[in-house]
Amino acid sequence: MTVLLEIRNLHVAVEDREILKGVDLTVNAGETHAIMGPNGSGKSTLAYVLAGKPGYEVTEGSVTYKGENLLEMPTDERAAAGVFLAFQYPIEIPGVATMTFLKAALNAQRKHQGLAELSTPDFVRRVREVSEKFNVTQEMLRRPLNVGFSGGEKKRNEIMQMALLEPSLCVMDETDSGLDIDALRVVADGVTAMKSPDRGIIVITHYQRLLNHIVPDVVHVLSAGRIVKTGGKELALQLEETGYAGFTGAAA
Amino acid sequence: MPASRAPPPEPMSAEPRTIRTEAEQAIARHFEDVIGSLPGGERVRDLREAAFDKVRRAGLPHRRIEEWKYTDLRALMKQAAPPARRPLDTAPAHALKDTHSPLEALDRYRLILVDGHFFEAVSDRAALQRVGVEVLSTAALLDGDKDSAADLLATPEAAAGDIAVALNAAFATDGVVVTVSAGASLDKPLEILHLSTATVPHAVAVRNAIRIGAGAAVKIVETYQGPADIAHQVNAVTAITAERGAVVGYARLQAEGDQTLHLGTTMVTLGEGARFDHLTVTAGAAVSRSQMFLTTGGERTWLGIHGAGMIGGRQHADTTLLIDHALPGANTRVLIKNVIDDEAKGVFQGKIIVEPDAQKTDAKMMSKALLLSDTAEFAAKPELEIFADDVQCGHGATSGRIDAEQLFYLMARGVPQAEAERLLIEAFLADAIDALGDEAIGTALKRTVSAWLNRRGTRA
Repeated sequence: MTVLLEIRNLHVAVEDREILKGVDLTVNAGETHAIMGPNGSGKSTLAYVLAGKPGYEVTEGSVTYKGENLLEMPTDERAAAGVFLAFQYPIEIPGVATMTFLKAALNAQRKHQGLAELSTPDFVRRVREVSEKFNVTQEMLRRPLNVGFSGGEKKRNEIMQMALLEPSLCVMDETDSGLDIDALRVVADGVTAMKSPDRGIIVITHYQRLLNHIVPDVVHVLSAGRIVKTGGKELALQLEETGYAGFTGAAA
Repeated sequence: MPASRAPPPEPMSAEPRTIRTEAEQAIARHFEDVIGSLPGGERVRDLREAAFDKVRRAGLPHRRIEEWKYTDLRALMKQAAPPARRPLDTAPAHALKDTHSPLEALDRYRLILVDGHFFEAVSDRAALQRVGVEVLSTAALLDGDKDSAADLLATPEAAAGDIAVALNAAFATDGVVVTVSAGASLDKPLEILHLSTATVPHAVAVRNAIRIGAGAAVKIVETYQGPADIAHQVNAVTAITAERGAVVGYARLQAEGDQTLHLGTTMVTLGEGARFDHLTVTAGAAVSRSQMFLTTGGERTWLGIHGAGMIGGRQHADTTLLIDHALPGANTRVLIKNVIDDEAKGVFQGKIIVEPDAQKTDAKMMSKALLLSDTAEFAAKPELEIFADDVQCGHGATSGRIDAEQLFYLMARGVPQAEAERLLIEAFLADAIDALGDEAIGTALKRTVSAWLNRRGTRA
């Protein structure tokens, strides 16, 4: 199996406070991992540090992506190299039409990969194909990015972008939060459809319900900045029954 | 104390000061040199003398003059260039060839001025006449020396104390006087294009008047462009009257050369139910001041004042507004956006006055600045003076950096930092430009933004 992402002894501090305290995680191509944990365990920090958010200081450890040192790559290059973070709270950008943004993102990634920019008709066709799957309407595409979108619309827009950009590593930060059951199904089906032998998916979630739809190969429990337990998909069900208490206790 | 021994009373104002800086002395010499040859008869000459008296008494405005607090002209204007002469008739063709106009693709009428002088032969005067627009040259009107000449140099009360306006009245050489007949509706925008050719620094004083008749509908763009590397000094005054029910879109593009000092004044009077949508785009000049004096002369006016500024290097750009609501039912919206890079300094001063009779005034004023460097500066001074009790007025001012979360989101999708910043800057300015409400003009003026961002990209 090809190792896609290898995290070793990762320590991360935000404003001098250590959040991640030695995370180890290996994701092989073709695998779906779930990372579960209580609030404040460091789930979002892990997501942000993979995407390259400023202000997240790696104090120790390493992250290797496709054999390269991910931590040395600027944010945009990580994305161009195929790392995609689906935001827990997608950012509203007034004045930038969603279509304009999608074109900039897609063409920037193509350029980085040495591909020619898509022609406008080809681009419009690509977006239409993908957006229809996620009920992202033409009207939404004309609006400024995420402005006035409902919580569900924002999340559908995120997953639509993920499908459009075809990343190698999908990191989904609490994609289920704020979704009703129908929107959850649309999003989960979209993610499931993206499973492929050369792609890895990391699903970060607080609750088990998303994992009924996106079935993980491996489940990790993150607590107080460390992975304290790793198991199969049954671990998620067990957590749902017992809560995090037992695991956090074990970690202490 | 006996009355006879009382000291003489102090004068009401501060002690009269005489002209003393090098630039002030040069201006006085230039005035003596040209007053005999400027257009106008005796009556106009008296008005010019009266205007210059104000300049003699006050000197150039400086930081202790409240309205000029952030733009100390006495300190910023080291030299006074000699007044520009009328260039040769071949000048417009040369100037047009050398100037890249962002409005190029826009179907429009044009009135062309070079170095402050109107060139009728290359302007669309006849075509405008056919659609109900009369165009005269300011020089011809001043030479007539009639009431209309005096009206042309008249200053509304709000601008009476302003030295830039007084200097303009003293030195005005030419300009255009545009009269749109009542009910006329222009099929395409009118551009009043101010160009410069001279290769040595000179001073332009141009005076324009635009009268828009009742119920007429027009879109006008005034553009100011000039060559780089020459310290021209441009003093432009445009007085606009929009009569009852007129609908006016008026944009102003200041894209002067990088060494230019540009003092631009727009004086606007609105009649009953008139609508005036405005946009100033500021990109050029070393030092610029764009000031507007607006007065409601009728009830239920609509006023939309928008600004989109982008400056870098060591540029200084000042936008100053005085909006006097005299009559009831006015609706006023002000949105001024400035992007400031490097060591540039932006200024916004906005004063909204609501007089006792101006009940039901609804006025909102907002200034937003985006600072792109640690050394960029922005000063904002919004003011409300409200003397009526049944009004809705508000103002706000913000100044900050590019939003880090927005930048991260764009970059996390693969957009490189420079392009992500560009998208965010364009978006920041776009809403002020779009607010003009004219897509064709807006699209054309956005080319100025793109060009500025391209230059910024090559600097970085």
